[in-house]
Amino acid sequence: MQTYDLAADGLRGMNTLLQEQNNETNQTAWEIVNPRGSHAIAVGLDAPIEVTVKGSTGYYCAGMNQQATIKVEGSVGPGVAENMMSGTVIIEGDASQYAGATGHGGLLVIKGNASSRCGISMKGIDIVVHGNIGHMSAFMGQAGNLVVLGDAGDALGDSCYEARFFVRGSVKSLGADCIEKEMRPEHIEILKDLLERAGADAKPEEFKRYGSARQLYNFDVDNAQAY
Amino acid sequence: MSDNNIPRTVPIQSATFTNEINAEIRRAAATGIYDIRGGGAKRKVPHFDDLLFLGASVSRYPLEGYREKCDTSVLLGTRFAKNPIKLDIPITIAGMSFGALSGPAKEALGRGASMAGTSTTTGDGGMTQEERGHSKQLVYQYLPSRYGMNPNDLRKADAIEIVVGQGAKPGGGGMLLGQKISDRVAAMRTLPKGIDQRSSCRHPDWTGPDDLEIKILELREITNGRVPIYVKVAGARPYFDTTLAIKAGADVVVLDGMQGGTAATQDVFIEHVGQPTLACIRPAVKALQDLGMHRKVQLVISGGIRTGADVAKALALGADAVSIGTAAMIAIGDNDPKWESEYQKLGSTTGAYDDWHEGLDPAGITTQDPELMKRVDPVDAGRRLRNYLKVMTLEAQTIARACGHNHLHNLEPEDLCALTMEAAAMAQVPLAGTNWYPGKEGF
Repeated sequence: MQTYDLAADGLRGMNTLLQEQNNETNQTAWEIVNPRGSHAIAVGLDAPIEVTVKGSTGYYCAGMNQQATIKVEGSVGPGVAENMMSGTVIIEGDASQYAGATGHGGLLVIKGNASSRCGISMKGIDIVVHGNIGHMSAFMGQAGNLVVLGDAGDALGDSCYEARFFVRGSVKSLGADCIEKEMRPEHIEILKDLLERAGADAKPEEFKRYGSARQLYNFDVDNAQAY
Repeated sequence: MSDNNIPRTVPIQSATFTNEINAEIRRAAATGIYDIRGGGAKRKVPHFDDLLFLGASVSRYPLEGYREKCDTSVLLGTRFAKNPIKLDIPITIAGMSFGALSGPAKEALGRGASMAGTSTTTGDGGMTQEERGHSKQLVYQYLPSRYGMNPNDLRKADAIEIVVGQGAKPGGGGMLLGQKISDRVAAMRTLPKGIDQRSSCRHPDWTGPDDLEIKILELREITNGRVPIYVKVAGARPYFDTTLAIKAGADVVVLDGMQGGTAATQDVFIEHVGQPTLACIRPAVKALQDLGMHRKVQLVISGGIRTGADVAKALALGADAVSIGTAAMIAIGDNDPKWESEYQKLGSTTGAYDDWHEGLDPAGITTQDPELMKRVDPVDAGRRLRNYLKVMTLEAQTIARACGHNHLHNLEPEDLCALTMEAAAMAQVPLAGTNWYPGKEGF
């Protein structure tokens, strides 16, 4: 286990060190101590390493992650795992706004609650939130799966494309062009796999599926009231 | 007196309800949708043509053309970046996406810019191998949509441009209609083929200047501070936008006036939102000067740059470089008269064709049609862009030497006068024949 003291040794040194790791590295376990809410912790990583952050972080923790498994033993500020491409990010606490924004791949697990705009513009990422999510989540979501064990706030999936949303609790309201959809066997399988990988104690059958009605894909003046 | 002999009033066209306005009312009534088009503002606004250089005189001596050196190089990103961009000429190629433009057109821009010693810029939709391969210096745009946004490409970039706004549509997002969403474009943007793609107007994971500072921090951390971070803003509130971009940590501010083009947006947006380029430069320069950052944070001006005279005037007003989009497209063949019969079939004419969103461009530039795009020979078109960039540079040098300057950056507002009150007020240079401009005391 490699330990890096962020308060003592600085942000750039930590990110440079972690970014220098590659597929052949034998330094696969890292621990970041004294994060003290710093921004941009463990960003731009691209190696199959495991990084544990011992405390809460600020903005953009694990931004643009590739391959790495990053675990935060605390809560995270806005934009955790933004634009993640692959790998796994696990948050033991809560996440602020824009969790997993524009993520293209990988798995983001939030064991607490996520604030507004969780999964905004998601492009293939899978997000599992053990608690609740805030309003406007998955706005313009393009691809990937957003799983919520708790409740969803207002305007879930507004103007979404092909992303899928699975919610176990209540949905305060659906956004424009987002509708409840039939839960078919292939969705149960997707959900079962995601719940398992996210360590979530829930049954796929307890969820409802939501997604795009595909009515706003091409402009029609008769839909103008929806914009 | 018979009725035939009574003098009649002649038909008078309304200056308010012009034929163009009436046609638009009828079009709107028939279709139920606003007019969408490409390009920048077509209305006449005060511009660089309303300024003149004074040239040398008894108090200033000129440099000899073709003999005495007039430097044109520029460094962008000297504030923080480990590797600032060094350009041979202060004219860059603005961001234009693959998707909006065909692959051969993007390749031509890369070839022409590289031969001329300058940079080109990606656009919405990500970086293609063609443009990276053919662009010696490539600026990677970081846009609200994040289509195709990829850390591998980010690391390949020579600079990163965070796009906050665009002169054609300050406050608006991109638009790429279904006709141009081919298989390749759809895959790059993770979207279904054939849908109308409307990009976000604001970034998904930050709002406001304090967040922007943290976003810049993140991008610097990911790229280890190697490359300059540009912030591109539309000509909306140039003093405050420039101030806030500097405060957020920008290495370069790119400021795009309302004549700057777009691939497609609402005509009402293009013509009625934003300020003319000429009106944006002095407030931005003042912001830089007020913070002691002029020439430390570089200012790149775009929106309606066409000639070496425009380049020289923008630099004289305080810019470090300019950027061209529409002019570069024309250089590689856009709106060429040789396609006139085809423009007419599309209900347009040479010089007016702007339905770039329809993907039917006879010149093969703003299209994803495999047959039409064959009309762009990237080698030949690249050479023409190189020639054009060289000509603009020579023109700017000619003016600078005539004003007695051995570097384009030594041009200054004192070299200029204005032909109109409006231009004098916007550029804050004296009205020709006076030592006064509106807003200045002591007429």
